[in-house]
Amino acid sequence: LSNSDLIPSIKLRHCCLLRNQRCLVAYLYDRLLRIRALRWEYGSVLPPNIRFHMCSEELQWFSQYKKSLASFMRSLGAGEGLDITQDMKPPKSLYIQVRCLKDHGELEIDDGTVILLKKNSQHFLPRWKCEQLIRQGVLEHVVS
Amino acid sequence: MDTQSYLPVQPGVGMEENFLSLDDILLSHERLPTRTECAFPRLGFLEKSSDTQDIPEGTKMELPLWLSKGLYEKKRRVLSVELPKVYREGWRTVFTADPNVVDLHKMGPYYYGLGSQMLHFDSPENPEIAQALLQTFIGRFRRIMDSSQNAYNEDTSALVERLDGLEKALFRSGQSGLNGFQSWEKGEASTLTASSLVLNYRKRKITDVQP
Repeated sequence: LSNSDLIPSIKLRHCCLLRNQRCLVAYLYDRLLRIRALRWEYGSVLPPNIRFHMCSEELQWFSQYKKSLASFMRSLGAGEGLDITQDMKPPKSLYIQVRCLKDHGELEIDDGTVILLKKNSQHFLPRWKCEQLIRQGVLEHVVS
Repeated sequence: MDTQSYLPVQPGVGMEENFLSLDDILLSHERLPTRTECAFPRLGFLEKSSDTQDIPEGTKMELPLWLSKGLYEKKRRVLSVELPKVYREGWRTVFTADPNVVDLHKMGPYYYGLGSQMLHFDSPENPEIAQALLQTFIGRFRRIMDSSQNAYNEDTSALVERLDGLEKALFRSGQSGLNGFQSWEKGEASTLTASSLVLNYRKRKITDVQP
């Protein structure tokens, strides 16, 4: 059995190795895409149950992505900065009516008053304070 | 419309696969009837039906697309790939007769994707296969577009069940546009919503991992 006879078998094995590599890389890449999406849809601090499922390299990646995004946002508006993760839908009003979907403790708004976010309570709050909590499923936007 | 932040890698267009596309990985898992044109020493264990140490030349095996593509060489010294039934002349005539009648989900579910990939194997029927794929798509597209733009708030399973993967994606896209427009017309577009990613993660609780 000469070496060149073995070539087809070697080639087959090589295809299998490449296939495994492709599947692994695609899986890891898809995870990264989802982790990136979380920065936009959840916020800059991930909840513990999600962090639990991330490996340390992914946590590091998230932290660096966060930093890149933050420095980009700071550079907008002639150095004044702009939070582009807010107002993803064009705002119609400064204040909105929200209902609390679960207990979330206290929320302090800009004039110093403290609101208790108890399940099922309704509040009339500034939109920018609520946006992230609505995206996270803590509050529900109520439209009359 | 829910703002989309998770943008998965799309499948490739035509004969190209996208390396990182999960859809293309699933597509390339499909099995094809092949015949070895040379011997594969020491790989007899892959061929469950016979008990030899080597795979002899002329063995018929069902290999996944990714392996068929990887082994195939133009001079045909290694592998020859047979056309699956749906791409052969018999079925092609059925498709040209009335493309809308066919259940492409049963024929696939990756009828267009696999068909495009078959063109890699230098069949003499390649031009006819390519034509058949194109004409079938053209014939069916109008109905898919119309139904996706007109089925609002109803059960679409009957419309969708005979579509192949690519057509289903188009249908979903049309529905998404329709629903977005309707929601905007009702003034619901400015209502802030919870992120669908977050809601999905909520549904999965942490199960106890090993201590």
